[in-house]
Amino acid sequence: MAEPLLDIRGVSKSFGGVAANVDISFTVTAGEILGLIGPNGAGKSSLFNSIAGEVKPDQGSIRLDGTVISGLGPVACAARGIGRTFQVVRSFDSMTLLENVMVGSFLRHRNTGTAMAKALDVIGFCGLAARADVPAHDLTPPEKRRLEVARALATEPRLLLLDEILTGLTPTEAQAGVDLIRAVRARGVTIIMVEHVMEVLLPLIDRAVVLNLGRKLCEGTPQSVVRNPDVIRAYLGDRFVA
Amino acid sequence: MTGAAAHTIETRRRTQLLVGAGLLVGLIILPVLIPSPYWRGLMVLVLLYAGLSQGWNVLGGYCGQISLGHALYFGLGAYTSTLLFTRLGIPPTIGLFAGGALGGAAALLVGWPCFRLSGHYYAIATLVFGLIGLLLVENWDWVGAAEGITIPFRQQSWIDLQFRIAVLPFDYAMLAYAALAWLVAWLVEGSRWGFYWRAVKDDSIASRSLGVRVFPSKMAAAAISGAITGVGGALYAQYIGFIDPPSTFGLSLSVLIALPAVVGGVGTLWGPLLGAAVLIPVQQISIAKLGGAAGGVDLMIYGGLILVLALVRPQGLISLFGIRGAAGDAVVENG
Amino acid sequence: MTASLIIQVAIGGLLMGLIYALVAAGLSLIFGLMNIVNFAHGELLMVAMYAALLLHDHLHVGLLLQLPIVAALLFGVGVAIYRGLISRALGVRFNSGMVQIFITFGLSIFLVGLAQFMFGSDFRTLNDGAISTATVAWGQIVLPVSQIAAGGVCLLAFAALALISRTEFGRALEATREDRDAVALIGIDRDHIFSLGWGIGAATVGIAGVMLASFYYIAPSVGTSFAVIAYITVALGGFGSLLGALVAGLVVGLVEALTALFIDPSLKEIGIFALYVLVLMVRPRGLFGRQ
Ligand SMILES: Nc1ncnc2c1ncn2[C@@H]1O[C@H](COP(=O)(O)OP(=O)(O)O)[C@@H](O)[C@H]1O
Ligand SMILES: [Mg+2]
Repeated sequence: MAEPLLDIRGVSKSFGGVAANVDISFTVTAGEILGLIGPNGAGKSSLFNSIAGEVKPDQGSIRLDGTVISGLGPVACAARGIGRTFQVVRSFDSMTLLENVMVGSFLRHRNTGTAMAKALDVIGFCGLAARADVPAHDLTPPEKRRLEVARALATEPRLLLLDEILTGLTPTEAQAGVDLIRAVRARGVTIIMVEHVMEVLLPLIDRAVVLNLGRKLCEGTPQSVVRNPDVIRAYLGDRFVA
Repeated sequence: MTGAAAHTIETRRRTQLLVGAGLLVGLIILPVLIPSPYWRGLMVLVLLYAGLSQGWNVLGGYCGQISLGHALYFGLGAYTSTLLFTRLGIPPTIGLFAGGALGGAAALLVGWPCFRLSGHYYAIATLVFGLIGLLLVENWDWVGAAEGITIPFRQQSWIDLQFRIAVLPFDYAMLAYAALAWLVAWLVEGSRWGFYWRAVKDDSIASRSLGVRVFPSKMAAAAISGAITGVGGALYAQYIGFIDPPSTFGLSLSVLIALPAVVGGVGTLWGPLLGAAVLIPVQQISIAKLGGAAGGVDLMIYGGLILVLALVRPQGLISLFGIRGAAGDAVVENG
Repeated sequence: MTASLIIQVAIGGLLMGLIYALVAAGLSLIFGLMNIVNFAHGELLMVAMYAALLLHDHLHVGLLLQLPIVAALLFGVGVAIYRGLISRALGVRFNSGMVQIFITFGLSIFLVGLAQFMFGSDFRTLNDGAISTATVAWGQIVLPVSQIAAGGVCLLAFAALALISRTEFGRALEATREDRDAVALIGIDRDHIFSLGWGIGAATVGIAGVMLASFYYIAPSVGTSFAVIAYITVALGGFGSLLGALVAGLVVGLVEALTALFIDPSLKEIGIFALYVLVLMVRPRGLFGRQ
């Protein structure tokens, strides 16, 4: 079997007394969409922070294409091809949508003209072309989520981390989001996504990893994890387990 | 549709150049039309502060690092070119580059410890570094200590920036300075750096995730900003012919360097110029008319104007023209 | 240089440090509460000093009565500044951090101008007879009564501040600074707390100003140097920390006095600045600041 794109081995991270991640290991194959699920506080966003280099794991290692990236910091991770969105949107509010996305495209295109062309391409791909010159401040919440996707895509990532980008959207908006994610994958980008809305998530992902209380509970096909008694217990409590 | 968007940024930048060129022509003609030395002198100051504040704006406006210590770079520029001139006979037209280089280098030195700080911690640290400069110069006999340095008149010369009747030539010297500062700002605003600075100002964590190296970005802004300020200091020294610590290193100067950008519109290309055109005349005229014996009223007007403008036009006067500035807010980022 | 001289200078420095600490405490309280640096803080001190001078010269009010009157006056000034300016700045949608900085700078320039207009730029002194000139001697160590009294009053003011922080109001204050938005949910009127915070912060400076006026010169520009020392003190102690302000104020007073003694009086600030830069490098959030 080919070498995995991302290889997480024994990653642990605590903040003060809180163990956000404990001994987490799994791999992600190039081209797949992996769902990272688990109740609130399970440690999903923390793991994203470790993968994207925003925090350094206390233990364990994270490899991208065989090279250790954990501890290199967010800038190096972005340069090596990891793009991300944030659970709480972080748009550059004094800049227009186009300018936001250009910050991303400048990573691989130093020239303003090329960076702009690249950004416009990505914005069109994300279905935001009509909004390119709107200040980020004035975008609607679903548009801001798309802005984050577009901005990350503009860095031309190999691996994209999406943190709850469909949460809080109407069913129609969520469906549009699903279509976008599929299109991103079709471009050859590998995706890890965190999402709570199971009806939307399960048909979309190839595989799921379940976290609970900072630990990996199980992994497998979407169908197999939702039938796993441990997963049901984690989400719903003991009384629902047959 | 995508073509239209590309058009917007590019046309905006082209328009800026055109307006800038038109304004430049107008300002070249203006001093000839105003024969009074008083108004010509006012124009010198407006252009000086427009340039200085344009420099401050690179760091404080685009990059969101609110410096209250820019007098340090100004003073270094003023003293460097003055000392080179009075001690070594090196003409100020060369000395101003040395002053700019030293201003930029000092900004890097201050930035190195201070850029780890956020918001108000940063503002106060820069304020203290400015005062350290003031205190050292005040006590350094070799540079004239508290008495300062008077620049002797040697000969009428553009190379030495000395003129028997100084006002008109300095209208043009300062115009060149303000225009160059504006051009630098225009160039960086459209460059990768300019985008990175605004991104860092709005959200440094998001910037990092896109591969923006935050600290080097701030340092680049500091170097450019300090250098522009240093050059302004050198020109000021030649214009006035006398420098002393409070007039070149004082805290109120640091504030005055920042104010035109703040009043005109932080993080905008035209803000510093507009702010200087409003603020400096108000300040100078009220000093002339109301300072001195009946002292105090000038400061009340100046302070009151700052206060009221900051409250009613937080985006700056430029917003009256429908131009949006950098509305991000680095100061209260992490409370 | 005798040992007693050194001790005398050190004690004098510590006494001055208590005033610095109290001025810094007002600044720190406001900053801790709402993340605003009041750049007109030194001018509040100046206003308090002139108020003491006027009370003394025109109404023959003694020191003990000046304290409550000026404190109350400054409390009103603080509340007025909050209601009239700061609360508006908080509502500003753009650049609110920058607006806060330059509003208080504008205010400080305005107040200096106002003082110049009303009293001229001359240095004045408040000569309160016995208090202003009396000294206590202990062996060869001689200290002015006014400074000892000032130090004592500042300590009392600190004790009062510490007491306030234990009251219901103090807890509301603490809750407000912990989470500015959540307090509204539990029925605390944020605006009310903020304006009381400004009132108390300014009243604190009022007390420092009265005590300072009893032995220091009074001029429109007097606030600037004290404000700078207050910024440094607060940055050293850690923004928002009362204990930090007290300790840092004492350290600053001591360092300043010893620098003046051992190096040069005109370089007395350099010791403080050096200390500040050192702490900045090692502990950017100050000695007692939340990291
Ligand atoms: N920077 C941090 N500082 C302190 N605690 C943190 C930090 N980041 C995450 N945590 C804690 O780690 C745990 C996991 O959080 P998170 O990764 O956000 O969970 P999830 O995204 O699965 O909801 C939570 O208890 C959270 O409070
Ligand atoms: Mg999360």
